[in-house]
Amino acid sequence: MKLLSTLSLAAALMAGTAFAAPVKVGMITTLSGGGAGLGMDTRDGFDLALKLAGDAASEITVVTEDDQQKPDVAVQIADKMIQSDNVDILTGIVWSNLAMAVVPAAVQQGKFYLSTNAGPSALAGAQCDPNYFSVSYQNDNFHEAAGQAAMDAGYKNVFIMAPNYPAGQDALTGFKRYYTGELAGEIYTQVGQTDYAGEIAQIRDSGADAVFFFLPGGMGISFIKQYAGSGVTTPLIGPAFSFSQDVLPAVGDAALGIRNTASWAPDLDNEANHKFVEAFKEEYGRIPSVYAAQAYDTANLILSAAAKADVTDADAFREALREADFDSVRGNFTFGPNQHPIQDLYVREVVKDADGVLTNKIVGVAIEDRGDAYAEQCSM
Amino acid sequence: MLIFEQLLNGLQYGMTLFLMAAGLTLVFGVMGLINLAHGSLYMIGAFACAVVAAATGSFWLGVAASLAAAAAAGALMELLVIRRLYRRDHLDQVLATFALILIFSEGTRWLFGSFPLYLTLPPSLSGTVTLPGGLVYPVFRFAVIVLGLAIAGGLFWLMRGTRLGIRIRAGEADREMIGALGVDISKLYTVVFALGAALAGLAGALVGAVQSVQVGMGEPVLILAFVVVVIGGIGSIGGALVSAILVGMTDSLGKALLPGMLAQVMPQAAANTLGASLASMSVYILMAVVLVWRPTGLFGARA
Repeated sequence: MKLLSTLSLAAALMAGTAFAAPVKVGMITTLSGGGAGLGMDTRDGFDLALKLAGDAASEITVVTEDDQQKPDVAVQIADKMIQSDNVDILTGIVWSNLAMAVVPAAVQQGKFYLSTNAGPSALAGAQCDPNYFSVSYQNDNFHEAAGQAAMDAGYKNVFIMAPNYPAGQDALTGFKRYYTGELAGEIYTQVGQTDYAGEIAQIRDSGADAVFFFLPGGMGISFIKQYAGSGVTTPLIGPAFSFSQDVLPAVGDAALGIRNTASWAPDLDNEANHKFVEAFKEEYGRIPSVYAAQAYDTANLILSAAAKADVTDADAFREALREADFDSVRGNFTFGPNQHPIQDLYVREVVKDADGVLTNKIVGVAIEDRGDAYAEQCSM
Repeated sequence: MLIFEQLLNGLQYGMTLFLMAAGLTLVFGVMGLINLAHGSLYMIGAFACAVVAAATGSFWLGVAASLAAAAAAGALMELLVIRRLYRRDHLDQVLATFALILIFSEGTRWLFGSFPLYLTLPPSLSGTVTLPGGLVYPVFRFAVIVLGLAIAGGLFWLMRGTRLGIRIRAGEADREMIGALGVDISKLYTVVFALGAALAGLAGALVGAVQSVQVGMGEPVLILAFVVVVIGGIGSIGGALVSAILVGMTDSLGKALLPGMLAQVMPQAAANTLGASLASMSVYILMAVVLVWRPTGLFGARA
C-alpha cells in the first residue's frame, strides 16, 4: 500500500514537472489593415483558451506581433522571434502567402509551427515537415465540401468563380474534385476587385442552376451585396470565408439563407464548443468566427502537449502533438499522416439568431472524416 | 443583350472612377500636389455615411454627412499638412500624404474597430428596372451613371461659368500672378481641396453601399483613379471624364470578352486564367499606349 501511494506521488510529481516546463509561443497575425478582423479573432480565440485553462497555462507565455498582412514583415517578425525572443512555437498566420514565406524557414531552424488558419497545398504535400502541424484545415477542404454539397443538393450546371491567385485556383480545383456535374461557366476575378457587375451579367446569361464562389474578405461583401441587388436569383454556395462572423454583419440580410461550408459553426453540438462559444461571447461581446475557433483549438493542442512532454525534448513534444489529445470544438479531430486534420466538414446556412444577429447554423454534413488530397505526396 | 449590359456596366464603372478622379485631378492640376491620401477621404465618406445611416436610419442623411465629413477632413488636412508641401518636391508630398494614409487608417480602426461596417442601399435605390429591349438592370447602377454625368456637368459649369472657376483656372496657369492681382490664393487652395475631398467622400458613400466599408478600402480605388487622371491629362475635368469611361469600358469588356476570345486558340482552362490576367493588365496597357502616343495624356496641356 505504502509503495503504491509513493509511486502515485512520484507520478504526480513527474506530471507536475512536465507541466512546469515553460513554453514560449510567438503569435504572428494580422492586426492592422483591411484583414485585421481575422487576426484579432485568431488572437482572441487563442488567448481565451489560455485564460480558461487557468494554472495549466501558467508556464505558457505568448508574444504577439502584427504582420500587417505583408510577407516581408512576417518574415522579419519570425526571425526576431526565433533569434532574440527564443520562442519554441510559432503560430497565428492567417494568409497562405505569408505562411509560405515563414513556415519553411522556421521549421528548418527546429521550431514548431502550428497553423491556426492557412493550409497551403505545398506544406501538406511535398514540403511537409515533422515540425509543421495544420490545426485548421488544408486549403482545399472547405471548397471540396462545397463541391459535395452542390452534388447533394442536386445541382447539375454550376457557375464557378474565384480570384486569380493561388488560393483562388486551389478553390476551384477543390470544388471540382467533388463536384462532377457540368460547369455553366468558370471565371477568375481580379484580386481586390470591388465591382462585380460584369460577372453577375455573365451569371445571368449562363443559365446556371447554382453559383459557387470563393471571394474572401471585402471582395465577398461587395459581391453578395451587388448580387442581392441585381435581381438574379440563382442560389449561391461557397466556403465559409464570405459568411464568417467577421463579415456577416457588414453583408446584412443579403446573406440570409445562403449555404456555406466549414469545419465548424457556433451551434455545433459538443461540450467543448458550448463552453467556447459562451466564454467568447462573455469575454469579447461578439460571436466567435471560424478563425477564433481554430485558434482556440490550437492553444488547447499546445496545452495538451505541454502537459505530456517538455517542449525542449522536440521528439517527445512532437509525439504529444500528434496524439491531438484535447477536446476540439470541432468534435472529432485527429491528425493524418501529413499532420493535417482529419475532420468532418459541414454545410451551414446563414440565419438570424434569437437576438436578431446574423450567424450560421449547421444543416448537414458534407463530408465525414475528410483528410486531404496531398497526404500521399508527403514523405515523412 | 449581354454585350449591351456589359457596355452599360463599363459606363457605370467609369462613372464611379470619375467621381474619385475628378477631385484628384482638380487638386493635382491646380496645386501640383500628389495627394495619396485621396483614398482616405473616400474611406471617411463611406464611414461617415455608414455611421450616420445606422444612427438615423436614413441613407440620404448619411450621404449628406459623408460630404460634410470628407470636406471638413480635407480642409483640415490642407490647413495642417498640405499647405506646407506646395513648394516641396513630389517625393516629399508622396511621403507626407502616405503618412496621412496610415494615420487615417489606424485612426479609423481606433474609432470603429477592425470589422467591416454595415451600409446598404435605401429601398428607392435597390431593386431593378427593365429597360426597353427587356434588359433587367439594377436601379443603383443607373443612378450612378446619372449622378456621374450630373457631377461632370456641374464641374464644367463651375470651371467655365463661375468666378471661382476662373480663379481656379487662373491659379493653374500662374499662381504668382493671380496672387499679385489680389486673390487670396491660400484660401482658394483650401476651397479647392475641400471640394475635391467632398467629391471623394460622396463616391465613398455611394460606392460603399454596394461594397465593403472597411479600413483600407480607398487604396485600390486610388490606384485606378491615378490611372484615370494620367490618361485624361492632369488637371482636365473633361479629360478625366473621357478617360474614366475609357478605363471603365476597357476593364469591363476585357473581363467579359478576353477569356472567350482566347478560348478560340487555346484550351478553356488556360484561357480562363490567362484571360483574367490579361484583363487585369488591360487598363495599364491602355495607359502605356496612351502615354506613348500623347505623353501628357489625352487632354493634357502640351509641354
